[in-house]
Amino acid sequence: MEPILQTQKLSHVYSAGTPFQRAALTDVDLDIYPGEYLGIIGHTGSGKSTLIQHLNGLLKPTEGKVLFRGQDIWESKERTRQTRFHVGLVFQYPEYQLFEETIYKDISFGPRNMGLDEAEIDRRVREAAHFVGLRDEQLERSPFELSGGQKRRVAIAGVIAMEPEVLILDEPTAGLDPIGVEQILGNIRDYHEAHGATIILVSHSMEEVARTVDRLVVVNDGVIPFQGAPREVFQHGDELEAMGLGVPQMTRVFHQLRAMGVDIDASVYTIEQARRAIRDYRSRKGAR
Amino acid sequence: MNDSIIRTQDLRFAYPDTEAGGPSVLNGVNLDIEEGSFVAVLGHNGSGKSTLAKHMNAILLPSGGAVYVSGMDTRDESKLLDIRRTVGMVFQNPDNQIVANVVEEDVAFAPENLGVPSEEIRRRVDEALKAVGMYEFRTHAPHLLSGGQKQRVAIAGVIAMAPRCIVLDEPTAMLDPVGRREVLDTIRELNRTSGVTVVLITHHMDEAAQADRLVVMSKGKVVADGAPREVFQRVEELKSYGLTVPETTELLWELRQEDGLDVPLDALSDEECAQVLYDLLTAV
Amino acid sequence: MALKDITLGQYFPGHSVLHRMDPRTKLLLTVLYIAALFLCKNVISYGLALIVLAAAVAVSKVGLKSIVRGMKPVVVIILLTAVLNLFYTPGHEIWRFGFLKITTEGLWSAAFMVLRILMLITCTFLLTYTTSPILLTDGLENLLGPLKKLRVPVHELAMMMSIALRFIPTLIEETDKIMSAQRARGADFDTGGLVQKAKALVPLLVPLFISAFRRADELAVAMECRCYHGGEGRTRLRQLRYQSIDYAGFLLGVLLVAAVAVLRHFGL
Repeated sequence: MEPILQTQKLSHVYSAGTPFQRAALTDVDLDIYPGEYLGIIGHTGSGKSTLIQHLNGLLKPTEGKVLFRGQDIWESKERTRQTRFHVGLVFQYPEYQLFEETIYKDISFGPRNMGLDEAEIDRRVREAAHFVGLRDEQLERSPFELSGGQKRRVAIAGVIAMEPEVLILDEPTAGLDPIGVEQILGNIRDYHEAHGATIILVSHSMEEVARTVDRLVVVNDGVIPFQGAPREVFQHGDELEAMGLGVPQMTRVFHQLRAMGVDIDASVYTIEQARRAIRDYRSRKGAR
Repeated sequence: MNDSIIRTQDLRFAYPDTEAGGPSVLNGVNLDIEEGSFVAVLGHNGSGKSTLAKHMNAILLPSGGAVYVSGMDTRDESKLLDIRRTVGMVFQNPDNQIVANVVEEDVAFAPENLGVPSEEIRRRVDEALKAVGMYEFRTHAPHLLSGGQKQRVAIAGVIAMAPRCIVLDEPTAMLDPVGRREVLDTIRELNRTSGVTVVLITHHMDEAAQADRLVVMSKGKVVADGAPREVFQRVEELKSYGLTVPETTELLWELRQEDGLDVPLDALSDEECAQVLYDLLTAV
Repeated sequence: MALKDITLGQYFPGHSVLHRMDPRTKLLLTVLYIAALFLCKNVISYGLALIVLAAAVAVSKVGLKSIVRGMKPVVVIILLTAVLNLFYTPGHEIWRFGFLKITTEGLWSAAFMVLRILMLITCTFLLTYTTSPILLTDGLENLLGPLKKLRVPVHELAMMMSIALRFIPTLIEETDKIMSAQRARGADFDTGGLVQKAKALVPLLVPLFISAFRRADELAVAMECRCYHGGEGRTRLRQLRYQSIDYAGFLLGVLLVAAVAVLRHFGL
């Protein structure tokens, strides 16, 4: 399959040519495929935020290329601008970017910038609002009257309304309580399924990515040391620990169990897998 | 007087600015925080846990009932400074509680306000910064530090006041795992070595699991109160309050509930959980 | 554009004589030096002031480069001053093109004016480069202390200034972040006419103000929690104390002003 987004030898240096010069990304090659649910993990300062801001053309590579559907996104000014509509980026704490008097107007900001006609804008705003669980009668209210979690969902709707083919979210659940986390992850999954959109979820919660993504990319010191299915990535427990990331709790428990001499599949990373592994083990032993 | 540092008596609170009093946030909270203990207060957003915290050093005053800090009624204005120096407060956003643009100057802020002599301030600042492991950064600018480091500076700023109790209102909500660990280790160390009472407001189950005592709030009331390993066993009840339990407890609970296995629920740490599973699997 | 690269009254930590000098001394010396500059009349007095300044720059170890870099924003003002003085000073005409004429006096006056501005800026840079903002506000608060008797809220002003300094980098960072977030939604801050550009700022300014108010609110509570109750009875971590270098500095400053005044008296 052709990748929808691709970075080729992508490097980024901040404040180049000053004493504060600092390399944030070095020769990063990354392929992202249509319709996949990708997780990016890395600690603060690992380069993951710099990486995602390249994917929609907010940052320009110091060296290397970013391709969207095979075309360099920096080929022309217009292409860069269009890329921002195809590749939606939801920043960390997006609720702090709300500015309009009504929720409706705020969500319509993106579609309006795209130059769509009123009818299409209206359709998109309502649909996006629906994805994040806002009711029609709420749309004329001020976004500033909402609770923190609701504000965040309005901000996410503001990006979803552009109907991007790739939706990138930088720690969308940071600071939320368990209910808030579940709601946001559910909204994202709904969009993913309804539009067949590619989702890139940036997170530092291992447990969270473990149960949501199909593929995992680890960013550390401006490079990608590991990528692959969560099961594969979590095999590198010690290295991940050294990067300040660690592995999901279930993986730790099962590694411990193996170390205690139990012959059990230790590539477990969710509760469901853990239960299955235990069931399998018991039926295997019981059958004997 | 018994040895409770903070005591709330049928504490009620409603924001007064709305007409007809507005919805009440706290509906009769009775709580005794023992001196030297490490108490976690758990609850979903809107459960009233932050409002409760703000009553512990008179940022908010009760609409009904009373709060006593070391025996002082928080409504007694003449005791305000004494109350605030007894119970220090650390907030969620480290950026918005650091006042000065040099680390040590910021840590000195509280003792300066209290009129502590200069040499004594110097001693307290150095000690506080060493206690949180930020001494080497004393001349740095706070905005260049990581989130975890900033939060540790904020904690040092409170310790320099020499409080007997520190209340932390979701201090790790904006931090990454490394920062969270730094802050939590610092808090635990303070509690253990200097005997400072710690009240940790959080919605992270794994953080709450590290406390001596766990208080669960829902709808402005205390709905569970006990040792973490006891409280976490009430899985269904916690879920009804919009909370989750640590994955270890969740696994054991599902094994019990769904798979009908006879496993105990009181294993919290990775090791304890592995041990329970070991016993289960080798008993076959 | 990277807003983060903007330097505002930046401080370069160091241990030079100037760094160690009491902030009050440095503030007073800056005032003395500016006074001296305005008394300067001729090559000799300017030369003397320049030598003193050059010596101070050398002693401070901040490097000429950082001073030159800091000049960039004021280049236009300097050029404008030069041009105005060059063409509009009456006197002995040496060149003429249409209504434009250059006089000998104009040449001198332009040169002196530019020199004066450059020296003035350099000396204030020296002050901010070698004094941490917090010491600077401390110094100001202390120097203006007597005004408290006239009910001037000196402590409050100093506190406001130091909090502003503390939050400038935070707000710059925040501006950067909000701009990126709105750009990701297709906002365009760079093209269009003046009206369009001003309109484009709304999605930036509204969130920025809201956030600034939120920060102010939280900061106020945090300060109260740390027992802040105004300037009364407050002590300081660092106590300002004049030392021998300060007295030496004062002596030098007064000597300079006296010398320039004497030179002026003799028309030099």
